[in-house]
Amino acid sequence: MTEGTKKPFIVREIRQQFPALRQLIYNKNLIYFDNGATSQKPQVVLDAINMYYSKDNANIHRGVHFMSQQATTEYEKARVTIQNYIHAKKSEEIIFTKGTTDGINLVAFSFGELLSAGDEILITAMEHHSNIVPWQMLCQRKNLTLRVAPINKKGELIIEEFDKLLNSKTKLVAVTHISNTLGTINPVKELAVKAHAVGAKILVDGAQSIQHMPIDVVDMDCDFFVFSGHKVFGPTGIGVLYGKEALLDKMPPYQGGGDMISRVTFEHTTYNELPFKFEAGTPHIAGGICLGKAFEFLSELDMDAVQKYEKELAEYAQDMLDTFEGLDIIGEAKKKTSVVSFVVENIHPFDIGTLLDKQGIAVRTGHHCTQPLMDFFQIPGTVRASFAFYNTREEVDIFIAAVEKSINMLK
Amino acid sequence: MMTLEEKQQEIIGEFEIFDDWMDKYEYIIDLGKELPLIDKDKKTDDRLIRGCQSNVWLDATIVDGKMKFTSDADAIITKGIIGLLIRVLNNETPESVAKADLHFIKTIGLQEHLSPTRANGLLSMVQKMKMTALLNLDNNA
Ligand SMILES: Cc1ncc(COP(=O)(O)O)c(C=O)c1O
Repeated sequence: MTEGTKKPFIVREIRQQFPALRQLIYNKNLIYFDNGATSQKPQVVLDAINMYYSKDNANIHRGVHFMSQQATTEYEKARVTIQNYIHAKKSEEIIFTKGTTDGINLVAFSFGELLSAGDEILITAMEHHSNIVPWQMLCQRKNLTLRVAPINKKGELIIEEFDKLLNSKTKLVAVTHISNTLGTINPVKELAVKAHAVGAKILVDGAQSIQHMPIDVVDMDCDFFVFSGHKVFGPTGIGVLYGKEALLDKMPPYQGGGDMISRVTFEHTTYNELPFKFEAGTPHIAGGICLGKAFEFLSELDMDAVQKYEKELAEYAQDMLDTFEGLDIIGEAKKKTSVVSFVVENIHPFDIGTLLDKQGIAVRTGHHCTQPLMDFFQIPGTVRASFAFYNTREEVDIFIAAVEKSINMLK
Repeated sequence: MMTLEEKQQEIIGEFEIFDDWMDKYEYIIDLGKELPLIDKDKKTDDRLIRGCQSNVWLDATIVDGKMKFTSDADAIITKGIIGLLIRVLNNETPESVAKADLHFIKTIGLQEHLSPTRANGLLSMVQKMKMTALLNLDNNA
């Protein structure tokens, strides 16, 4: 779809398309501010799930019959939709996975096979556990060294320190595009240049960026980009690993089984081509097809307008919260978006979360799968409000009043 | 002396007057603030029950055949619920603690806090209370 055909961004109209938003929780209108954890689904995605199982359900890539071919066509069409959306050069570079975690584990295993003792992996101090633990496991398996680039108190990567840790032994930089806890936007394009300059590859964890901004993997020049379908208005259990073709070609398969083979004998098996080499077994067919629908839905939106809107919403919320005595915003990066994390002096995040819940407001409390980050800030956890384009200023106003009420009750 | 069941009924009665969730929680928070705290020197790691969200400390002893609990938690709502649990189970025999069916929690609408997925340490705390009771049963037998 060309720029010209994009619909103007009108929140009221967009909300209409998300039935989950129209419900009462404890007799209050639901305010869903837990989009960092997972997003709600638009009607087109829900319809597609229903449609797939009621009509098109068949196994793909192996059937001669009509339904199988239909399902295969739809599944492969979704791959192309996603390819176009993230501006990948080829659809072979789009590997369907179970999600971000699965994608990272695939790379950690398969790219990891190309590495040898003494090589280094560089991550940052703000990574999600799923962008830490697979590298720790790889480092143990292959005798590699994991290095962690520190952040400052605002929650920004310290570039000078990153530079110091990057060296000719670094084989991979694995970094989150946007921190799920802090909202910090990392300068991934700049980091890609730095990584490539020492001969390292770069993996970008796009779990929190794909739903909030336009993504162009070629412009970003990342070697891998991973995300989860469920955070980008699609189903759970499906996600994407983008990888540069030349690199994916070099990597051995991750799992063995059906679909990923070209020819099997008991003596020797040759592998299928990309992307199938990395897609062993019957995939999440409905998931893939419906994720495609989610991206068709997104393609009709003006993502620049969306990004601007979400940023304003988060800033509005943050500015209001900042006026509360004893409340500290965690994560004050200059470049941040869609996430506001906070703690309140002498009040446990869990208590605020519980009271907000009873007022119909869904937020997340705790460590957000970033325990090392909590250790860095020396806090047990935060209350996190994370926004999507279907959230409104009115909701933020209600949220702010509810936070105030909760704090007063807990003081 | 009230029986364990009478204590549960009394709490259910106290909660009946609340028709609003926030009022209910206001009351729980007050209970949390009143909870007789575990002695500082007893807040040791072996008494710590780590939840994903919040931590609970529990000390369980037995005096003259009756169980005595003191506790603390880092979240005040958790503390309030602990206060209710202790009110019901304190001064009971190990046998009645071990057998106790704490149905009041469900009746007053707080069962979510004791669900295994809640991960606030409360369920583990109740399990620990009952375990201690069971161990003391065996000792007495
Ligand atoms: C930055 C980041 N990375 C990775 C993940 C893991 O995503 P998933 O659990 O969908 O695999 C998340 C999800 O919370 C995330 O926010």
